[in-house]
Amino acid sequence: MTTAYALAYLLAAVLFILGLKQLSSPRTARNGNYTAAAGMVIALGVTLPQLHFTGAGAVIVLIGVIVGTGVGTLGARQVKMTAIPQMVALFNGAGGGAAALVAVSELLKLGSHPPISEALPSVFSIVIGSVSFSGSLIAFAKLQELMTGTPITYPGQQLVNGLIAAAIIGFVIAVLAIASIPFSFLSLMVLALILGVAFVLPIGGADMPVVISLLNAFTGLAVAASGFLLNNFALIVAGTLVGASGSLLTKLMSDAMGRSLGNVLFGAFGQMRTAAGAAAGKEGRSVRTSSIEDLATLLAYSRRVIIVPGYGLAVAQAQHAVRELADLLEKKGVEVNYAIHPVAGRMPGHMNVLLAEANVPYEQLKEMDEINDDFKDADVVLVVGANDVVNPAARNTPGSPIYGMPILNADQAKNIVFMKRSMRPGFAGIDNDLLYDPKTIMLFGDAKDSLTKLVNAVKAA
Amino acid sequence: MTNQLLNEFTFFVLAVFVGIEVISKVPTMLHTPLMSGTNAIHGIILVGALLIAAGANSPVTVILGFVAVVLATTNVVGGFVVTDRMLEMFKGRQAAKTPEPATKSK
Repeated sequence: MTTAYALAYLLAAVLFILGLKQLSSPRTARNGNYTAAAGMVIALGVTLPQLHFTGAGAVIVLIGVIVGTGVGTLGARQVKMTAIPQMVALFNGAGGGAAALVAVSELLKLGSHPPISEALPSVFSIVIGSVSFSGSLIAFAKLQELMTGTPITYPGQQLVNGLIAAAIIGFVIAVLAIASIPFSFLSLMVLALILGVAFVLPIGGADMPVVISLLNAFTGLAVAASGFLLNNFALIVAGTLVGASGSLLTKLMSDAMGRSLGNVLFGAFGQMRTAAGAAAGKEGRSVRTSSIEDLATLLAYSRRVIIVPGYGLAVAQAQHAVRELADLLEKKGVEVNYAIHPVAGRMPGHMNVLLAEANVPYEQLKEMDEINDDFKDADVVLVVGANDVVNPAARNTPGSPIYGMPILNADQAKNIVFMKRSMRPGFAGIDNDLLYDPKTIMLFGDAKDSLTKLVNAVKAA
Repeated sequence: MTNQLLNEFTFFVLAVFVGIEVISKVPTMLHTPLMSGTNAIHGIILVGALLIAAGANSPVTVILGFVAVVLATTNVVGGFVVTDRMLEMFKGRQAAKTPEPATKSK
């Protein structure tokens, strides 16, 4: 019977690997998710007959699964498209917390001095799982704007974080080495929870996707450690797969932003921003605005228009309105393309998802490298709720926090139209010189509102 | 090192390489769905949560087990559902390639 269980776990592991493979290609991605889910059903199905229920155990498992299914389904179904990254953060935190609690439960059975082969993986699972749990909650709070998205920094912060980490390591070594110190998972957990919070606080909201991806990899490793503790093949393999692929994905994500992972995590965005903010100090510059009718005429009589979507488009749910405008312009013979910056929106791929929902033709969505040379031939660049991804400071201002990030060459177009709610800086919190460019026209207001007005005006033009 | 531990360690090392290799060619636009998909996969911790919760026999283990099962189930179910919602949006582009008008996704 144990052979059958082991083979079923192996099958589940194979399905996870195939699922990941399919998830990395646009054509098969959705099936990949189903493949992985099938692996999960098998792994869980095989686990059920292995359980030896106590009376209380049966009750908590039943209620726990029902509650978790309800919360998970409801959360995933109800969440708005714009809020999906923070939802992923919450689910990830839940997994990390579960991994830590599983390790704690197992430790309780082993008494105050477990053998090192059990103690090591459980300590690892508790620490990493707890960091992932509390870190994910902070990432959620930042993205949900329950707290400020700007980095929270104070003098000596790196030192304090380092000390917390050192305290955890020191504590673990002491417990493992000196028999008279009782194994206190509670203090370990509290320290790790604090570390998770302290680790994410100084990282800016714009970098949260990278952080969530990293914490996701952490949870994977915590799960693998729990697998070592429980001697469970499925946990080890699935957890490690996530830990490894998640780590690589984290690196790919920071690469897409043109920054190193170290810079994202410890760059203290904040320190540099105060410097850049002071250096800028160009208050009182004026911007150009225009009437909707003038803009409509400009657009309708252009040859080439490039639309640069950003988070503002997602917030305003303006994807259908923007498509309507693009369709209308195309009917008038204007060539319309969308320039998708790798980190436009709150997560990579955010804009692709959003525009695909509005049935924007795939061929019109251009990745940055593909379209960057076309900006100089564009008559109008329509920036809808984007900011940092077209900020020339990334090219020109070495002191700027986003310096070095690849940007869209919107500034090379003949005209630039900015749809923004206000002059407020983007998520990175820095001023954008392009707003003050003589070629730039500002159109203030909600993106959907502005686009709808623009559609009507173009119809009349 | 016991035989079992050695076996487990072998799986671990091999899984590291497979995990890296299998997603190395992912395009940028799939970063987030992939992150969300892997997030769902580590919900496998539910297996561990079930193992400890089923045998709970003291107030402390009952509470720990219950919370672990709730959290892990939320991770699994929410993870897969939210990933599917993201990927559902990509359907529009496939439909755009075919002559038929895309059916409206909910």
